[in-house]
Amino acid sequence: MSKIKIVQYINQFFAQIGGEEKADIKPELREGVVGPGLAFNQAFGDEAEIVATVICGDSYFGENIEKASAEVIEMVKSVNPDMFIAGPAFNAGRYGVACGTISKAVKDALNIPVLTGMYVENPGADMFKKDIYIVSTKNSAAGMRDAIKKMAPLALKLAKGEPIGASCVEGYMPNGVRVNLFEKECGAARAVKMLVAKLNNKPFETEFPMPDFDRVDPNPAVKDMAHATVALCTSGGIVPHGNPDRIESSSASKYGEYDITGVEDLDAAGWETAHGGYDPVYANEDADRVLPVDVMREFEKAGKIGKLYNKFYTTVGNGTAVLSSKKFAEEYAAKMKADGVDCVIMTST
Amino acid sequence: MKLELGNIIINDIQFTNEGSKVENGVLYVNQEEIKELVLEDSNIDTCEVFIARPGESVRITPVKDVIEPRVKVEGPGGMFPGWIAKVDTVGSGKTNVLKGAAVVTTGKIVGFQEGIIDMSGPGADYTPFSKTYNLVVKMEPVEGLKQHEHEYALRIAGFKVACFLGALGKNLTPDEVETFEFDNLVESARKYPELPRVAYVQMLQSQGLLHDTYVYGVDAKRTLTTIINPLETMDGAIVSGNCVSSCDKNPTYVHQNNRVIRELFKAHGKTLNFMGMIITNENVYLADKERSSNWSAKLAEYLGCDGVIISQEGFGNPDTDLIMNTKKIEAKGIKTVIITDEYAGRDGKSQSLADADASANAVVTGGNANQVIVLPPMETVYGHLHFVDTIAGGSANNIDAHGNITVEIQAITGATNETGFHNLSAR
Repeated sequence: MSKIKIVQYINQFFAQIGGEEKADIKPELREGVVGPGLAFNQAFGDEAEIVATVICGDSYFGENIEKASAEVIEMVKSVNPDMFIAGPAFNAGRYGVACGTISKAVKDALNIPVLTGMYVENPGADMFKKDIYIVSTKNSAAGMRDAIKKMAPLALKLAKGEPIGASCVEGYMPNGVRVNLFEKECGAARAVKMLVAKLNNKPFETEFPMPDFDRVDPNPAVKDMAHATVALCTSGGIVPHGNPDRIESSSASKYGEYDITGVEDLDAAGWETAHGGYDPVYANEDADRVLPVDVMREFEKAGKIGKLYNKFYTTVGNGTAVLSSKKFAEEYAAKMKADGVDCVIMTST
Repeated sequence: MKLELGNIIINDIQFTNEGSKVENGVLYVNQEEIKELVLEDSNIDTCEVFIARPGESVRITPVKDVIEPRVKVEGPGGMFPGWIAKVDTVGSGKTNVLKGAAVVTTGKIVGFQEGIIDMSGPGADYTPFSKTYNLVVKMEPVEGLKQHEHEYALRIAGFKVACFLGALGKNLTPDEVETFEFDNLVESARKYPELPRVAYVQMLQSQGLLHDTYVYGVDAKRTLTTIINPLETMDGAIVSGNCVSSCDKNPTYVHQNNRVIRELFKAHGKTLNFMGMIITNENVYLADKERSSNWSAKLAEYLGCDGVIISQEGFGNPDTDLIMNTKKIEAKGIKTVIITDEYAGRDGKSQSLADADASANAVVTGGNANQVIVLPPMETVYGHLHFVDTIAGGSANNIDAHGNITVEIQAITGATNETGFHNLSAR
């Protein structure tokens, strides 16, 4: 098997061209390795090789981001590599941002795997850790050996398209994608250790940092309900008897659209729940308990609402990813909007 | 209070035509004795008994409960108070355990929710019950039995079988003895004044059918948050009535062997002072959630805690209970570590919990339950394979022509357990 071809991006300093006074040099493509590439090649052994190196001054890149990116991409493209590595940049701010920027640009333009490395407090880390794999390194070039020890195996995995393990195993910065792993100790032992550390004001690392929640402000109230078209929607899994679309009992991959024209009441013969996350007995006896069609029909007759929309949208909220829910709602909200629905009652369980 | 657990190590289960017995580490089971016991209940129509050993090409599904055979040797009360024994306070004296053996109940599905145990292959890594010698009891209800009664009949039958087997170890000399001592509050505080005082807050699943837990026979959804002696759990004071998304529900076995309790005992007197255990529920009504979490915080404060470990059971709706407990306990100045699991989507990219708060800054996770796994076919299936497309974690047409089953690991019993029973995690 031929070796995996890699192009590496480094700055003027690591190319030993010069320091700040040479930070304005334009991108340059050199055959083979320059600077840290030698140690990378040793780490790759027979499996991969840095075949070319792009060198660019940090100031030049920072001040000409678009132009510099385009130039570097052309150089990388000319070599036709299997993989692209930038840095590692350690705690050098402009270099880190350049590594992140060019790695993402190469990935987007050439569709090849990319990898960079830097110190966790490098501004480039927060900017790009969700877009590309960034190995967490020490804060100075003295940590080069350690960085290569983590970056080389991860680069090989990425280049071969192998599954990438959890961040703490592979050494990349947590990127928001949750990956399972088997720990040596059971969760209870880890919890007791974490609590003892927390109680003694010693450092500990949470296994799941709390997310920022996407809070949605409620819409203003509907003023004229008597003329409004009202739709019912639910995450409580109400479906026609037999669940014709086979909506999953947990982690739903789809939603259902069902017609309730002329339906006055959701009876046990015609309707049930597909939801696996609550006691289904009472919903199966009378699905109006989750999707109150009966009451809406009464309101319709009494003139309290204009009319009940003739379809309802339903899915199973149980264990369903937020991103899936968002996708479903974007689709069916557009349908309801096109049909002139004024407001929606969304029932949960 | 002091409890000695006498472990009789079980290395195999075999059938016998003579009386059931334990001999030289082998549990010999007479199938007819088990069937007779189970069929005492007129709601159960048929009963079959199988053996599933670690490493065998065996799949058990849909799994309802897993129970460890134990027997009271000395001291008040008996196993599973409120179910099998009367409601005497348990947790003291001597209890013998058939360590390494388990009763696994299966049969026609009750809801959507029961799990899978593979004894070998990639699925075996995800369930702690691929390492136990399992006596599989498959039971089918009489026709027309309603779901609540069906679940009840199977639950009781499992306890009866576990007690029958446990009793076989009553007069045996254990291979090893573990001694647990738990002092009263004043004594505990006096003993280790220099160590941080810690309690365990266990959240009990109580959302309704197949999401129920019982304490001394009382349905946890009808309980107020209360204090229990952790030793009581070792005699079956808390039992499972649930197996929904079985990855993160506690089978009875997990309550009998709660690892948070064991780890706290290990650390007791060394790095912390284990002061007590609070049990609270996860009801679906907001007022219940508010009341129960208020009481958890109040009792944690009453126990004089510096820190607590909070374990969750289930996901989604109980995430709100978890965060309420955490916020309110942290607000009392008591430090928390919480154990949960995640539903981050099959790609791991969605937010993992249904609720969050900045005070929950120390989290242990049991992993992403949406992770997809392909389970290769097994030579033998005990139970019913055709439910794997409807159980939580399954999806339509998820068995391919070669018999490979594609499921989320939420379908695997104990995979992402939130009492930290297993070693799966995520980052």
